[in-house]
Parts: sequence; C-alpha cells; structure tokens
Amino acid sequence: MPGGKTLTITTPEGISFSMPLAGPISRFLAWCIDCACVVLLGTAVGVLVSLLSIVSGDVAQALGVIGYFVLSIGYRIFLEWKWRGRTLGKRLLRLRVIDVQGMPLQLNQVIIRNLLRAVDSLPLFYVVGGVACLLSARSQRLGDLAANSAVIRQPRAREPDLRQVLPGKFNSLRDYPHLCARLRHRATPQEAGLALRALLRRETLDPEARIELFAGLATHFRALVQFPAETTEGVTDEQYLRNIVDVLCRGSEAREDRPDGPDGIVA
Amino acid sequence: MIIDVAKFVSAERLYWVRLEGLLDRIESDPESRLDMAGIKELHYLYERTSADLARVSTFASEREIRVYLESLVARAYAEMQETGRRESRMRPISWFFTAVPQTFRRRITAFWLAVAATTAGATLGILVTVLDPASKGALIPFEHLRISPQERVAEEETGDEDRLAGHKASFATALMTHNARVAVLTLALGVTWGLGTIVVLFYNGAVLGAVGMDYIMGGQREFLLGWLLPHGVVEIPAVLIAGQAGFVLARALVGYGDRTPIRARLRLAAPDIVTLIITVAVLLVWAGFVEAYVSQHHQPALPYALKIGFGLVELAVLVSFLAFAGRRSGEAA
Repeated sequence: MPGGKTLTITTPEGISFSMPLAGPISRFLAWCIDCACVVLLGTAVGVLVSLLSIVSGDVAQALGVIGYFVLSIGYRIFLEWKWRGRTLGKRLLRLRVIDVQGMPLQLNQVIIRNLLRAVDSLPLFYVVGGVACLLSARSQRLGDLAANSAVIRQPRAREPDLRQVLPGKFNSLRDYPHLCARLRHRATPQEAGLALRALLRRETLDPEARIELFAGLATHFRALVQFPAETTEGVTDEQYLRNIVDVLCRGSEAREDRPDGPDGIVA
Repeated sequence: MIIDVAKFVSAERLYWVRLEGLLDRIESDPESRLDMAGIKELHYLYERTSADLARVSTFASEREIRVYLESLVARAYAEMQETGRRESRMRPISWFFTAVPQTFRRRITAFWLAVAATTAGATLGILVTVLDPASKGALIPFEHLRISPQERVAEEETGDEDRLAGHKASFATALMTHNARVAVLTLALGVTWGLGTIVVLFYNGAVLGAVGMDYIMGGQREFLLGWLLPHGVVEIPAVLIAGQAGFVLARALVGYGDRTPIRARLRLAAPDIVTLIITVAVLLVWAGFVEAYVSQHHQPALPYALKIGFGLVELAVLVSFLAFAGRRSGEAA
C-alpha cells in the first residue's frame, strides 16, 4: 500500500499477504468517536441512576461514579472482544485490532492493550502513544507492543476493473507472434505493471495528462520492440499501449480465442 | 510463472465474489456464528483464494488483482482464526480460587520486588519523618494527614456525628476508582522496563512510611492500627500485586536471561498479568467498602481492638488464600 506501513503475515500454507497499518491520525479519530460514545453512554447511565436518588442519593451517586469508571475502561475492552478487534469508532473508520502474527486476538491482549492506555495517554491526548506509533515499524503504541497487537486499516478493496484484461478486443500486434514473444522477453514485470495501471486508471486522469502519459509509455514500449509500421498506423498511443498490455498480460495462448468481431477495437 | 490473466480471472472470480459476500455477511453481524456448512465454505473459499493469491503474486503486472486478493485473504484469515474460539465455558469462581493464587505464587519473585521497592520507599519516609519532621508536608499529599496526629485523633474520637453519614457508598466508590487508577498506572508503567512501576511503589511506600512514623512518633499507634489495618491489609497488597503485574510485564519485555523471543515471552506473560490485575480489582472493591464503612469509624463508636482484630483476620485470610489455595500436589510450599 503506497505511503503507509504494512503488516505482512505468512499463513501456515505459505501464503503471504500484507495489511495496511493504521496511522496515529486515523486511530486518534476513532478514539475521539469512542470517547463521544463513552460520554453519551455515561450520560445515559447517569440519568438512569439518578432515578435511584429517590431511594438513596448516596447509592445513586456511587453507582454513577462506578458506572462511568467501568464504562470508560470497559467500553473498549468489551467491544474489541465482542466485535473482534473493533469498537464503534474503529468500525466507522474501518480499523481493526489484530494479533501481530495473525493469531486469534485473545481477551488477555485486549485487556492489556487497553489498560496500558494509562501510559500511552500521558501526558495528554496520547502523546506517548502517538510518538510510539510513529516510531514503531508496526505503528504500535506501547499497549500494542505489550499485547502483541496491531491496528490495521481495512479499506474495502473492490473488485478491480478487469475489462482491460478480459478477452474481447482485436489486437493487430498478435499477427507477429515472434515480435510479441520478444516484447514479453524484454519487458520487465514492473514495466508491464506500469502500463496496466495506466490503463486501469486512465479515466481518472486529466485529458492532457492522459495524452502525455500514454505518449511517454508508447514511446518507451516502441523502443523495446519495433513492430511493422502497418500494425501501428493510425493507432493512438493509448490503443497501442492497450495492445501491448494485452500481449504482456494474456500470454501467447490468447491468440487462439481472439474474437474478430464488430465489437473489437480494430487497431 | 506467467499465467493467462483473462482465463484465470474468468475461472476464479466467482469464488472471490462468493468469499467477499460471505465476509461481508460475517462482518456486518459480529455476533453471528457460522454453522458447520458455513465454516466449511469459508475454509474452502479461503484456501482457494489463497492459492489464487500465490499464483497472481508471481506476476508483477497484476497489482490491482493482487491487492484485491490480499484484502480478501487477510479478512478471511482473520475470520478463520476467530471463528469458534470462544467455546470454552467460563468458570469465574473456580478460576478465582485456583488460577489467582497459582499465578501469584508462580510470579512470587516479582511480588517480592514490589515489596522491596515499597519497603525502600517506606524507609525513606520513616527517615525523613524522624530526621526532619517539618518536611513531612512535602511527602504527604493528603491535606487531612498534614495536621498533627494528636489533633486528628482528638477530632475523630470526639466527633459526635458520623461525618460520612449519607455519603458512605459514594465515598467507597471514589476510593475504589482512585485506587484502581493508581493500580492500573502501576501495572502499565511496567512497560518502561519496570522503572515507572518502581517509582510509583517507592512513592507509595514513602507516603506510607511517613504517615505511619508520624503517628507512631505522636503516640497514636493504636489509632494508626485501628485506622489502617481494616482496609490497608487488603489495599496495600492490592497495590503490591499491581506492581507484581507491572514487573511481570517488565520481565517479559527485558527478557534478561531468557532466550525466548520477545513476542513469545509477552504471549506467555499476558494471562498472568491479566489474572493479577483482576485480582487487584477484586481486592480494591473490598478495600473500598471496608475503608468507607469500617476504617473511618473510630473509638468509642468502634473499639480499636475490634478494628485491629478485623484487620488481622482479613490479613490471615488473604495470606492463606494466596499461599495455599489451588495448590497442586507437588507444588513447593
């Protein structure tokens, strides 16, 4: 994930995957939401126990004090345990507490990371925790370090737009399989990835930037392998790059199932 | 491995969509539990998507697909690990009478360290009070303890009315919450490799030593015992046990003489730390009630002998509980 720390976990099956770690700002915002919840719940408890003051003002006050204390400590412990690492604030911001090794998050860990807020919150507004979070490779505050936990972001990763790699487009470059093979040989995976990403994101670019980007990429790929002039004549840089990506991503077998129909882009 | 992306995506995306739908369903209702068929489906889809991720990871150009699959596998992996973990029945009473004393004894070195830090502080408090009685005000934070012991005893023993009448419950809860905060801080400061825990315990000891010595020098030994013992025999051990928990945490972090990786050490220490801090909470609730309802009543309303006797009984019960309860056969005495 660009611009942020990640937590990489390798499963027993040998599969590695990375999860983006939550930074101090998003965690602080989640904390603010949770604080608001605690205040609201505390107020509700206060109103309820104040009804008891008809019977005994002392008992009502005692219950109010103990109720708010339990809420302020127990709210996060209870929700992180019951909601699998999430409080209301974390759910809203799509954050989640997990074990750093991907093991089940234990109640012990939830309790320790929340009790250690007593140190992380020093001297004010989680300065200690925030600094620890910035310095830590896993964005852990002291409570997370002690509890072997980390807070990850869970952005909703939507299924990518796969139309660019699915069949259905005519590609004139494929009439020259030996040149296609040479292109696949010479292009690095990074170059192929760059070209694919440019295509996938082309709708988000400004028109001028889009023309400039595809011109640059097309020039680069033309320098890698020289295709005959008739294959690229009248083809825009963007169409040329689409054909290049088709060659790089779909491999040599795709030629066999290539549709030559009116829907295909004739390049 | 170069794969035919189009063919691959066409063949597999049905499974990815199914897994995404299943995960959305689970996450939208955290209280839900999958039945056996659901668990099997989750497991199958997770394994299949993991395999897809492994395949697509070898092809650097498929970054978008890889990120999408990583997200799915990460979510599924977390759910796989979570599901079905809370089947064991909680037996709090049995746990309290076995796990608590066993943990206390297993971590007894940390407890003695807490006692040592407190004793060192108490020694300083005593020395300061003996050598320079005028400076006790700098050491004692509570206003009502800064007046001379004789004045306070006279005030307490001659007062006709119950000063806490109508406020006992709220006073008890105020004590509980204050002491609980101190205890949590004492534990939490274990993360400073125990240095913060030592400071808190030392300061507590210094205050205790200064107050105790002040009353002894003022000839109010009986009042002191009658006032402190009923709640102190529980409250002071509670803070010591909080310090013990802090030192257990510090020991796991420092790992002196232990070649186990730090994560493994912390994982092993975590249950003990939580057991100890829950013990502290229970003790502080008891101490809070005793302090509000017993300790603040003095002679002639409540004879000192009775209060001291009550405190000694509490101490005997607490020591017996921690020393003997839940003892396994073969466990060293």
